[in-house]
Amino acid sequence: MSVMKRVSLIFRAKANKALDRMEDPRETLDYSYQQQVEMLTRVRRGVADVATSRKRVELQMNSLQKEVTRRENQARDALGKGREDLARAALQNKASLQGQLNDLQGQYATLQEQEEKLTLASQRLQAKVDAFRTKKETIKATYTAAEAQTRINEAFSGISEEMGDIGLAIQRAEDKTAQMQARAGAIDELLASGALEDHVGGQQDQIQLELDRIGAGSDIDAELAQMKGELSANAPRQIEASANGGPGTAEGTEAQAAEQPQAGDGS
Amino acid sequence: MIVRILGEGQYQLDEVEAAQLAPLDLELDSAVDRGDEAAFRTALDSAVRLVRSAGTPLPPDELAASDLILPSLDASVDDVRKLIADDGIHLG
Repeated sequence: MSVMKRVSLIFRAKANKALDRMEDPRETLDYSYQQQVEMLTRVRRGVADVATSRKRVELQMNSLQKEVTRRENQARDALGKGREDLARAALQNKASLQGQLNDLQGQYATLQEQEEKLTLASQRLQAKVDAFRTKKETIKATYTAAEAQTRINEAFSGISEEMGDIGLAIQRAEDKTAQMQARAGAIDELLASGALEDHVGGQQDQIQLELDRIGAGSDIDAELAQMKGELSANAPRQIEASANGGPGTAEGTEAQAAEQPQAGDGS
Repeated sequence: MIVRILGEGQYQLDEVEAAQLAPLDLELDSAVDRGDEAAFRTALDSAVRLVRSAGTPLPPDELAASDLILPSLDASVDDVRKLIADDGIHLG
């Protein structure tokens, strides 16, 4: 027998087994309806859980993207300062982060797809549950227990197949969500503690420290150069001033002062 | 004939369309028996496409059991074996 036929028979056998448990077939109707409503609640909760997971992954993707950009800027900064070794380290970190980001993007797509599927499934189930409720009342009002049997079987096997299908889907979604939450929790912790930096490369702090040190160093160099410029500009003028020994030197000093910053920048 | 694709819902197929599905069903069957994941994937993909494109979606408020049930597109040979082994289906 074919696979498709076998699967359909399995579903049907399950429905029949559930029906057989009931003494009065009409009892089945109320009992089944109650289960359908519970399943609807479970599916809706599933949709909400998947959406929560998806949003969380989205936030993490944003955080990781920022880190990736930061590493890229670091690498550029390091290259600008002639430190190719630091640039390399920063890019290595970036590559690790990018790997994690790609992984999250894959998860995000999966969650989005699952959310859409479950939403549609819950709409289908809702329509069937509504149809079942109507049919249930008609059957209870119109038929005796014996007469009702066939109609109940029809309605019940239709709805129970849907329940079985959705049961499988929601089980998968719940497993997936639990898995995602565990992974997302781990990444959240890493991001929050800053350990992600150490975790992916171990060198991030050194890179930034080194870059800061170079940055501070060049500021100091520039200031030193400016001071040297001021000193060398003032020295000949003082000699000049004492040689002239007359008024009018104040004007000369001002003119020199105005030129000093340029002298400093140029060195 | 009514065919369900797990996770997607039910479709109504006429005789001609159902006849097209039959050989794919056999391929699925043999792929599951041999544990041939690649052949299974090809057959399942073709079967799902055929049902989606040729079939008419059953109105959602129709309460009917399906004649055939196709695994969802992302199912593996192992998933189908579990389904057939009557494992994991709980109708509540």
